[in-house]
Amino acid sequence: MEGTAAVNLAPGDNSTAALDVERVRRDFPILQETVYDRPLVYFDNAASVQKPRQVIEAMSEAYETYYANVHRGVHHMSQRSTEVFEAGREKVARFLNAPSPDQIVLTRGTTESINLVAASYGRAFLEEGDEVILSVMEHHSNIVPWQLLRDELGIVIKVAPIDDQANFLLDDFAELLSPRTKLVAITHISNALGTVVPIEAVVRLAHEAGAVVLVDGAQAVAHMEIDVQALDVDFYAFSSHKLYGPTGIGGLYGKAELLERMPPYQGGGEMIDVVTFEKTTYKEPPHRFEAGTPAIVEGIGLGAAIDYVSALGRETIAAHESGLTEYAGERLSSVEGLKLHSRAKERASIMAFEMAGAHPHDIGTIVDRAGVAIRAGHHCAQPVMERFGVSATARASFGLYNTREEIDVLVDALGRVKEIFG
Amino acid sequence: MIDPELRQLYQEVILDHGRSPRNCGKPDQFTCEAQGNNPMCGDRLTVYIDLADDGSIREAAFEGRGCAISMASASMMTEMLKGKSRAEAEALFRSFQALCTSDAAEAEDGADVDALERLQVLAGVRAFPVRVKCATLPWHTMQAAVSGQGGQEVTTEL
Ligand SMILES: Cc1ncc(COP(=O)(O)O)c(C=O)c1O
Repeated sequence: MEGTAAVNLAPGDNSTAALDVERVRRDFPILQETVYDRPLVYFDNAASVQKPRQVIEAMSEAYETYYANVHRGVHHMSQRSTEVFEAGREKVARFLNAPSPDQIVLTRGTTESINLVAASYGRAFLEEGDEVILSVMEHHSNIVPWQLLRDELGIVIKVAPIDDQANFLLDDFAELLSPRTKLVAITHISNALGTVVPIEAVVRLAHEAGAVVLVDGAQAVAHMEIDVQALDVDFYAFSSHKLYGPTGIGGLYGKAELLERMPPYQGGGEMIDVVTFEKTTYKEPPHRFEAGTPAIVEGIGLGAAIDYVSALGRETIAAHESGLTEYAGERLSSVEGLKLHSRAKERASIMAFEMAGAHPHDIGTIVDRAGVAIRAGHHCAQPVMERFGVSATARASFGLYNTREEIDVLVDALGRVKEIFG
Repeated sequence: MIDPELRQLYQEVILDHGRSPRNCGKPDQFTCEAQGNNPMCGDRLTVYIDLADDGSIREAAFEGRGCAISMASASMMTEMLKGKSRAEAEALFRSFQALCTSDAAEAEDGADVDALERLQVLAGVRAFPVRVKCATLPWHTMQAAVSGQGGQEVTTEL
């Protein structure tokens, strides 16, 4: 069957299965493309990852053979679409180890998931003077919804710091908790630095203080095993497009007792029970939060992406990526004048750096000519850039299909940067 | 072996202005200012203009951080604005904008042809469409300053 795991045992070690990178690379059609006559080296995975054939084909198959609107038709095609779409939700639930698929709200992605919690839970359960704690590393999508709520309700936003090595400071976070802390909204992995936040400890401390915890899992889902029950998080948000699935869909896991108490987020079709002009009753979660026709084929694609990643095994993927990260750390540190910002003890496959005398934007342009796609800019996380006193960094981030040879190509291209900016 | 288009983009003149930008820093004396922002890369700069009583530009300066292209463009711009009327400055801006985007650009009437000749070094951005904004942001910001729109921030997402 297509999509079975490209896993084999590493020679001389039968305890760890190593990823067969050459084989997985063949699953990604775009990796055959060239850029300025060079093979594409795609290192912008923290922004969005490429899609395997298995996902592309599952989506084409849906459009070509059974597409129809979901949850409404008695006809065959609608039933079939509904089944496969809802199977996607079940896959998400299993992937995150949620107790039930009813605890998975399908949204447009992380941004919408966070906005949903802010607008529904936030408006219903927070009031003036209540405190929400964020970290300084948050993506703008986990800052702005809380600022909107602050403007509306008068809540107070507090910010948990990091140290100069980009480590999350758990003790400083604990200090910020108070009886007025109602919610902690925090990233699992920083997209700007790669720092992994110790979510279990954060959740334990927050719960002791009586606060609920929303985790922004946008960067985490593709790189590590996520068990929402073991982590004991109250909400967990993610996007499909960073998990080898299509754009336009993602999810929000929520604890059942919270979702049940939450009022609707948007109004429309799909989310109602009975509508009269006098009174409308709403469906139970998760459908209460899913107004309108959902991203049907994207949901099907997300299901296929989860099958793909699960078949490879997240531990196997994580081991491959941590090997790459270590190698990249060594190689990049050997580049004269290069300063690595991603230095936390616990970090994922994201390398943010600067080079003396060369602006990240110029670095991005120069390595692009060698076929290497990296990100240059503020990574939608301006507060953390300010924390390091920079307006921009260059960022190389790795996915399951990347190789050491590609890191060599990047390091070589950084030599061109030195040649030009010397 | 550096790609010839990259060589064209990063000419020595540009690298020199990028390394040691002229008229960089907030001046003591100025009559108008505006802020420019490139949200794509997070770069920001402020342009300060000192207008004489007759409306011509006495001094121009800028402050900010950015890529080599935006720094060089801002640096060169402040050098060549001195003594120009507002109309001359704007004609030069439009001609420069055309030069950044088209091979066949012609200087507008009233644009300083010598200055435009010097600005030719920035024409390498044509091969890098996403970098055109880096070259033109300082000029957009200058225009906002002299036309009294300094209160609003200029962004490249126009
Ligand atoms: C940490 C983090 N949070 C949130 C987001 C927003 O995700 P999306 O744009 O898919 O909603 C991203 C994506 O860039 C991210 O990296």
